[in-house]
Amino acid sequence: MQSPIDHRPGAQIHGRAVFPHAHLTGISGLQPHEILFLLDEAEQWIEANRTRAKSDHRLDGLTQINAFFENSTRTLLSFEIAGKRLGADVVNMHAAQSSVKKGETLIDTAMTLNAMRADVIVIRHMSSGAVQLIADKVDCPVLNAGDGSHEHPTQALLDALTIRRRRGSIAHQRVVICGDILHSRVARSNILALTALAAEVRVVAPSTLMPAAIEKMHVTPFTDFDAALEGADVVMMLRLQNERMSGAFIPSTREYHLNYGLTPERLARAKPDALVMHPGPMNRGVEIDSSVADMPGRSAITEQVEMGVAVRMACLDVLTRKARGVEGWA
Amino acid sequence: MKLTFRNARLVCPEGGERSGDLHVADHEIVADAPDGAQLIDCGGRILAPALIDLGVFAMDKAACRAGGIARIGLMPDQSPVLDGPGLVQRAADMGKPELWVHPIAAATRGLAGENLAEFATNAEAGARAVSTGRGWIADSGVMRRVLAYARDCGLTVIAHAEDSGLAGHAVATEGETATRLGLPSAPAIAEALAVARDLMLAEQTGAAIHFRQLTTAAAFDLIRAARARGVAVTCGVTPAHLLLSDINVTDFRTFARLSPPLRDESDRQAVLNALADGTIDILCSGHDPQGPEEKRLPFADSTPGMAGAETLLALGLGLVRDDRLTLPRLFALLARNPAKLLGIEAGTLAPGMPADLVLIDPDAPWQINSDRMAGKAGNTPFDGLPVQGKALRLFKGGSEIG
Repeated sequence: MQSPIDHRPGAQIHGRAVFPHAHLTGISGLQPHEILFLLDEAEQWIEANRTRAKSDHRLDGLTQINAFFENSTRTLLSFEIAGKRLGADVVNMHAAQSSVKKGETLIDTAMTLNAMRADVIVIRHMSSGAVQLIADKVDCPVLNAGDGSHEHPTQALLDALTIRRRRGSIAHQRVVICGDILHSRVARSNILALTALAAEVRVVAPSTLMPAAIEKMHVTPFTDFDAALEGADVVMMLRLQNERMSGAFIPSTREYHLNYGLTPERLARAKPDALVMHPGPMNRGVEIDSSVADMPGRSAITEQVEMGVAVRMACLDVLTRKARGVEGWA
Repeated sequence: MKLTFRNARLVCPEGGERSGDLHVADHEIVADAPDGAQLIDCGGRILAPALIDLGVFAMDKAACRAGGIARIGLMPDQSPVLDGPGLVQRAADMGKPELWVHPIAAATRGLAGENLAEFATNAEAGARAVSTGRGWIADSGVMRRVLAYARDCGLTVIAHAEDSGLAGHAVATEGETATRLGLPSAPAIAEALAVARDLMLAEQTGAAIHFRQLTTAAAFDLIRAARARGVAVTCGVTPAHLLLSDINVTDFRTFARLSPPLRDESDRQAVLNALADGTIDILCSGHDPQGPEEKRLPFADSTPGMAGAETLLALGLGLVRDDRLTLPRLFALLARNPAKLLGIEAGTLAPGMPADLVLIDPDAPWQINSDRMAGKAGNTPFDGLPVQGKALRLFKGGSEIG
């Protein structure tokens, strides 16, 4: 017989006590139950987004500014759709294309956005730590949409949600992350989120793209992709940036594909039902073969995109609850 | 100006510690009490040679006064670079009368690491050494000519030891902290690699070389071995690498962005050991004030460097309190050894030395506060640290600096 008392962490606390953070600058600093809370919150939006009438009005009258200092198509679009479906007035600031130069006027930009009374700011920036710098200066919640090689927390949340829905659980899943671990904020946030939720994480990269002391983040590093794939539940491929493919870090895309490309033969080393993931955009034929990327029942790549909107809706909702005076959060 | 300091705890790098009086006449320390001297009662506090800060990046009189510093060795990394006699002479004069500025001339024109600057001409204009500046000279052929020509001119080469190929655009030392923060990082061996090359070149050319800051165990091992072979090598460090490690850059604290970057804890311990065993010759502030426009930026976009002149003495006294050093040894590191390197007669309390003196209350407690610095900027990585020890009065050539 089930106990009448729910002993799960966070189960008996409500409102702000369950998620006491003003901003979402990274997975670092979040407790496992706080990560699970955001995933649980995202669940409701998955079904809602699949219906014809997708609009909600909880963010009516609030202004969401997406300040992107680095080019992005899908993340920006995902945040824009998420905000609009909640009723927010969404404004995009393409700082990467404007005269805002690297770092120089970042604090000034933050103060400007603050003076315009933004209710929530979503930031992407090419420098690690830039989002925290802005979060310290503004009065409204700040969401990190990727800062340098540091963190990309909503990507990790949507990946965790995808894994949980497809595999039933995150705990004890063997997740293999392969690619440019050195420069990847997606890898860092995923490592933090998945290890916090008790997954077994393996990271795979040539030594030139593997950060030092990565094992201190409670993962097992591999240079041999085939060995790492043995018994994998999830294979997460990372995008290789063009500028790193032609000699600086690896000799060529051809050679990268030879050692680290996810082919159907390689995938066969993982569990028969292993999930294939990629944060996009993909370099088909480089880090992942088309036949794998499009493999029915195995590839979760488009589902990741879908989960992205739901997760971002949940984050926007949760972070603005205090300002909206939601009971238990104000 | 005739002075008699009464009732002082005299600390001399060469004469050791004793209680008593010290006499000054005609700008110099003298053995006997001069007639009609003004009496200054020290109340049992420390009277020591004023600090000589080797290798600062900005002339900051207020910071030097607060820190008990009477002389600075000014780095050539100025705007414009100190690579010609006019600029050197101007730099030598600009601290007067409160501060002695001993310019360190650029080893190569514009510090570009290509063509030799005029060593002898600049020395005649007042340069006391030549330096590679903030950077390393990547071309070994150029560095060899710099060392050989400096030997001819009787000048020490002050070098920065970071292999530029390995260091690249790194802003942190490779390790767990840099990995977690996603910061561009370089392995700590970038330092030892540079030291190994420069030591070989110094040995072969017979030149005297000084590494302004060394921060890793591997580099100190190379220094000890080179000294055993008779290489004329000295080295220094700042309090930052003695007291802080790479975990201090957590939260992207740009005040802790330094060059070379903060190292891991095992290297920090190696610096402390090198200080204790005499491998390190000079303790310097690395004073490099940077305002918010340079520091209130994302970590990798900020400018490296720290304001250090005001905190050097107090942090040094802390090392004495922790039994890492004796007081006379501290003042060898802070005054006598920098004077020797610059070829100036100063830094002890012996008769005939210039009366550059600092009266210190070694116990006065205060808190380092980046918002309340006397100098040009408050970019200290020690913000908030409680320390003890203040420079109460500072004298340069027997004249008090107000």
